[in-house]
Amino acid sequence: MQLIQPIKVQQLIDKLKDQELYVHIEQTTGAYAAHMDSSKHPASSFLTNARIRYSHGAISGNGPYRVGLKMTHGWVYSEGLTHYEDMETERLILAGHDSQGKLIVALQLSPKPF
Amino acid sequence: MMEQRILVVLPHPDDEAFGLSGTLAMHIHNGAQVTYACLTLGEMGRNMGIPPFATRVTLPAIRKMELESSCQAIGIQDLRLLGFHDKMIEFEDQNVLDTRIGELLKELNPSLVVTFYPGYSVHPDHDACGAAVIRTVGKLPASERPVVHCLAFSRDHEQAIGKPDVHYDVRAFLKQKVASIESHRSQFQAAELLGKNELSQQELEARFGTERFWTYRYPS
Ligand SMILES: [Zn+2]
Repeated sequence: MQLIQPIKVQQLIDKLKDQELYVHIEQTTGAYAAHMDSSKHPASSFLTNARIRYSHGAISGNGPYRVGLKMTHGWVYSEGLTHYEDMETERLILAGHDSQGKLIVALQLSPKPF
Repeated sequence: MMEQRILVVLPHPDDEAFGLSGTLAMHIHNGAQVTYACLTLGEMGRNMGIPPFATRVTLPAIRKMELESSCQAIGIQDLRLLGFHDKMIEFEDQNVLDTRIGELLKELNPSLVVTFYPGYSVHPDHDACGAAVIRTVGKLPASERPVVHCLAFSRDHEQAIGKPDVHYDVRAFLKQKVASIESHRSQFQAAELLGKNELSQQELEARFGTERFWTYRYPS
């Protein structure tokens, strides 16, 4: 994974629009969040290989970045993204890692299931 | 200054309450017609009341009613709900956004437009809303542009854009302002904000009696 280059990510977002895709979206505080700091409220969710199609999408911010994808009946949104997989040309693999390198958030799109 | 017709463009129900409601009440008292174009219903808000009385499903309808009640308290004659999705303004197709705002400018021909200062308004929706308004007004010939007053409150804003050049004493309109704030029950714990033992008139005036704006300057 490399630090996000917004122009590269935007190119992939544009390339993948208007087609059937599989999405993986995930956010987590980590299961130990409350163990480390009792004031924290651990929470997480993920959704893997749901099928979506978006007509318009953008990456925004100055890093960490935000991504929004507009679908017919709603939006996909992700905040806190820091890294992307620069070797991928057909899939978009985005993640946000905290200062210790742990994954906080992920957003992935692919024409084939993950 | 006497304003004939004012267009307010803000992204969330409640954006008008603290920084603008007194000024609008004042202009309306002086005879202005106000249209408030609210881009979203604030449906992604995290405040649901304490204890929660809203859910993710009911929040948009509740916030819509709160906004209508706030507008009524201020005296706003015309509320337009533009139907964009909360939190997504920065990702919207800019043409779609600018076209809607452009239509309003054409229809209403306002002498004053009020929005957020792009880049200095903290929430991405605030910044993107302000940017769309500035872009759209900027497409008009300079002689046809309405005055644009911006709200700003990011931590570094005065370093970048200086001090606000417009100050309104809204002490005579605190009743409307407090009623606007109290309308947004799901978002503000008004009892907490306004003090359980009721702030004295003096305390209210010190806290809410002045509203400040930056006139947007287009490069000439
Ligand atoms: Zn807001």
